[in-house]
Amino acid sequence: MVNSPLTEHGSTPSPASQPSDVSMKPLRDILDDPLIEPLSSQTENKPTTEDASEPSDDFGNLTSNITDSPGDTAADATEIPLDKHADDFVDIFGVEAEAPRGKVVVADVTIETAAHKREAANDVTDPPGDRKTGSNDEEQEVKETSTDSIIDLSDDLPASDSQQPPPARDRFIDPLVNLLSDSPAASDAKIPSRATVDLFKDEGSDLFADPRQHKSAHQPQKSLLDEPDEDLFCESLWAASKKLVSKEPRGKPDATKAASNVSNTGGPLQEAADLFSQEAVTAVPGIKNASTVNSKTNGVHSEEEKEIFAEATVELSLDSPRDERRNDVSARPSASASALSAAASLAKSQSASLEELDEEEQEDKFEISISVKDPEKIGDGMNAYMAYKVTTQTQLAMFRYKTFTARRRFSDFLGLYEKLSEKHGPNGFIVPPPPEKSILGMTKVKVGKEDSSSADFVARRRAALERYLQRVVNHPSLLQDPDVREFLEREELPRAVGTQALSGAGFLKMINKATDAVSKMTIKMNESDVWFEEKLQEVESADQQFRKLHTLVESLVVHRKELSLNTASFAKSTAMLGSAEDNTALSRALSQLAEVEDKMEQLHQEQAANDTFSFAELIADYVRLLGAVRAWQRWQDTQAALQKKKETEAKLLWANKPDKLQLAKEIAEWEVKVTQYERDFDKVSATVRKEVNRFDKEKAKNFKREIINYLECHLQSKQQLIKYWEAFLLEAKAIA
Amino acid sequence: MMVMTSTLSVHGHNIKVTEVLKDGDTLTFLIVSQKLSGTGEHHVDRTYDDFEWLQQLLFSQEDEPGIQGVIFPSLPAKASANPSAKVMKQLGFLGLGEWQLYCKVLERYLRQVAAHSILSKNKAVEIFLTSSEPPGRQRARKNLFNRLSQAVEERRKEGYKDVDEFFQTERNHNLVLTCYAKTAAERFLDVVQSEQKIAVACAHFSASLHLCVEPGEDPDKQAFSKACVQLSEVFDSIKKNMTSVAENDMNTLGLGLDLESRCQEAEKEMLFRRTCKLVELEAARRNAEKAKPLKKAAMEEAKKTAEIEFNDICVVAKQEVHRFRAARVKMLQHTLVQWCEKQLLTAKESADQFNQQLQAFRGIAP
Repeated sequence: MVNSPLTEHGSTPSPASQPSDVSMKPLRDILDDPLIEPLSSQTENKPTTEDASEPSDDFGNLTSNITDSPGDTAADATEIPLDKHADDFVDIFGVEAEAPRGKVVVADVTIETAAHKREAANDVTDPPGDRKTGSNDEEQEVKETSTDSIIDLSDDLPASDSQQPPPARDRFIDPLVNLLSDSPAASDAKIPSRATVDLFKDEGSDLFADPRQHKSAHQPQKSLLDEPDEDLFCESLWAASKKLVSKEPRGKPDATKAASNVSNTGGPLQEAADLFSQEAVTAVPGIKNASTVNSKTNGVHSEEEKEIFAEATVELSLDSPRDERRNDVSARPSASASALSAAASLAKSQSASLEELDEEEQEDKFEISISVKDPEKIGDGMNAYMAYKVTTQTQLAMFRYKTFTARRRFSDFLGLYEKLSEKHGPNGFIVPPPPEKSILGMTKVKVGKEDSSSADFVARRRAALERYLQRVVNHPSLLQDPDVREFLEREELPRAVGTQALSGAGFLKMINKATDAVSKMTIKMNESDVWFEEKLQEVESADQQFRKLHTLVESLVVHRKELSLNTASFAKSTAMLGSAEDNTALSRALSQLAEVEDKMEQLHQEQAANDTFSFAELIADYVRLLGAVRAWQRWQDTQAALQKKKETEAKLLWANKPDKLQLAKEIAEWEVKVTQYERDFDKVSATVRKEVNRFDKEKAKNFKREIINYLECHLQSKQQLIKYWEAFLLEAKAIA
Repeated sequence: MMVMTSTLSVHGHNIKVTEVLKDGDTLTFLIVSQKLSGTGEHHVDRTYDDFEWLQQLLFSQEDEPGIQGVIFPSLPAKASANPSAKVMKQLGFLGLGEWQLYCKVLERYLRQVAAHSILSKNKAVEIFLTSSEPPGRQRARKNLFNRLSQAVEERRKEGYKDVDEFFQTERNHNLVLTCYAKTAAERFLDVVQSEQKIAVACAHFSASLHLCVEPGEDPDKQAFSKACVQLSEVFDSIKKNMTSVAENDMNTLGLGLDLESRCQEAEKEMLFRRTCKLVELEAARRNAEKAKPLKKAAMEEAKKTAEIEFNDICVVAKQEVHRFRAARVKMLQHTLVQWCEKQLLTAKESADQFNQQLQAFRGIAP
């Protein structure tokens, strides 16, 4: 059993790499939407639990002339190996730490040799297709295949077990690397389990393998939460697995077990889920079944598992129609067995599903709120800096405590942004930007001038940082990022370096790169997608409008401040006038008036602050955010450009020397690259769509909230004003 | 001599400056007054020069005893249709808006003149209010130099010790009040101007919010657009609110403070004239004492006339000061109450409006 994964991996690197290409998108998804994906994966879990009967039915449907027995046996087969190899796993981790490490090494190596893999993948483009069609054929030939494939799968399980956790972790460590540096290949190595599923199922199952994959990632995380070991996520792969082995020999196998459990049967079952989606009732016993299976093997984990499944039942009805649609889409490519068209349709269905997922997203309110308080100057002179107290309040189980605080300096905030944008920016996420570094503002603070402008500066920055963090944690996938959690939870944070430049420099660089790439190209780039073109224009105009609004609000604020100043001086002069007055009643009235004006000054000041924080800062935030969105689309242009370039290059090569074998191979390689880029592009596009939708939604919500807040404040101050006037009116009337 | 004479053929209390006409650089004011005899009205058009002519004649009523003790109603600075920055600064509140405030001030001036027991007896007032011929167009101004020298002398005589305790305190008090009233009016003008700027800024903001409306069928976008439009309405009403607040300020307290400050100025001028007379009298007394027997009689005569004049002035001045004090307090109270009521009304109205808008916002979909 221990060996089998290794051999499995070694023997089928190419098929493994192929499907994983397709599953690149899921990877992004995972980062993107952890909360939703698990749900959908859980729906797949459920079918999984139904395994005893459902898969067989499914096969029966597919293959018209099937008998029941193979299905049953298949199910049995899956269950047995699962159990068995959970045990094995425990052994592996508990007794011999070397073995898993060895596996990890394999994974590592595969990542490093990503380039080679690509080649391999190139070779492989056909084989998986063959295999797939083969499996399709086999399915039609009824029983032998289904049982065989499932047994195969269960054989492969160890492989997937051992390798899934590391990839999962890997993803957390540095998705950027994966995604940017020919990531498809890198990820190839990681998802052999999916590969196995792919082999005996069509492309459609791939779609559903993704969430499963995510699930595996998610679960260990959950189980690990009890442990204070956050390092797990940020340290190297090797260390991580080692630690896992040493620290949580049980928890991890459990988690992976569950994951493999899902991934195992998910493929066939997903269809079962479709077919039986209406009958949610049948699913319930299935769940119970599953949880008992799990508890048998996991013990520790069973409770959590149950919860998940309980959620899954709720989600089932939501998911099922979509599943059906996805299946429709994925059915076609599987017939043709062409990797390319499969990828395309995948992207389509993916984006479609993403948009649907979007709607669900709204319901998942993250119960986490962050406040940034107590700005404090630390140190003296030019080395001084501002530190802020970051307090997190949360109901989320992923955090150890309900409330915790950490002290962070401004550059830490910037550091977090750098990390996040590096990791997630290229994936199409809109990473909320922090407030810019202000040399002027900070220098004033450093010099220690206690004037109003520096106080204003600190107050504004504090509020901006708070909003920034809140935006980050409101983003479902950014919340999952280990760096975010570390930022919120850890006592001491390694000093962020390289933030000396303006915080905006990150995407500025990206823009520059993008424009460079564009200018290098002689072909004029046309955005092929109308949606993007429209969006781009929208964002551009929104950016301009927001900027304009911002200047307007700022001037409004300036006038308000002026008003409050003038009111204050008027109050002073009335007070003087009152003191000089010899008519006592008038004198009293005038002093009263001075007081009223003083209070009004306060109101005006509040109003100015209100204007500032409700609108000016909000709009400034959106200007920043829109900057991020824009940077984003530029990047996409480049991506598309790159893709086209590769394409033309490949074509050129093809046209010039079609006869040379060596070249043909290279060309094929290029083609794969091109398809990879295309897929990447599609995936990224999908993410961007989703993110932009999210952005729009958030924008509308946010604005509404702020406006209501603003109006409430405004109304309050008006009422206060009325009170003042009423009080003064009596006084004025009393003058005789 | 202080009989409430009705030498005027018109009612003094409801003289109106109804309209202002721009004729090149000059402003012409239409003045309407009701005849005492019946229902008829006098309509005359007067320029600032005519006002100045009237003021000049009022100043120089040499035959009226103690005329120098009168606190003359103050005429505002000259306004032109296209005032320079300096003139605007001089005008203060009166320069805001479309001269309505200026008209109001002139109206008040005429009423004060017509109501004044001494001044209203002057024929010039009658002519000014009823004659269809503009009286003062041809007169050249000679007042400018006088004013200048007066200012220099004022400084010199400011600290002159008074013989009368009443006038000494009144002078001190007036000095302080003049200064404070002036600054208060200036500060309040700043306040009003800020309010006007805010109103303008709100209007701009409101207008550009309309541009944020995004096309498209997307519900989120529609929600956002809707929010924008509504916010734009909110800011529009904030703007309206601010505009009316500023207007209230201008029309009530602004005008009141301006009047107060100019009245204090006028009192100061009167007191100064009295102080000048006092100095003159004391000089005459000294001269009379030191005078050679040859000139003694003439000096005594001069002393006597000075004494009589000074006493006349003091009598009139005392009455004027008392009248002025009462009028001033009444005016200020009226101003404050009016101001307060108007602001209260505006605040309540806008609070209602905001409340409605807030409800509307809460009502729209999340």
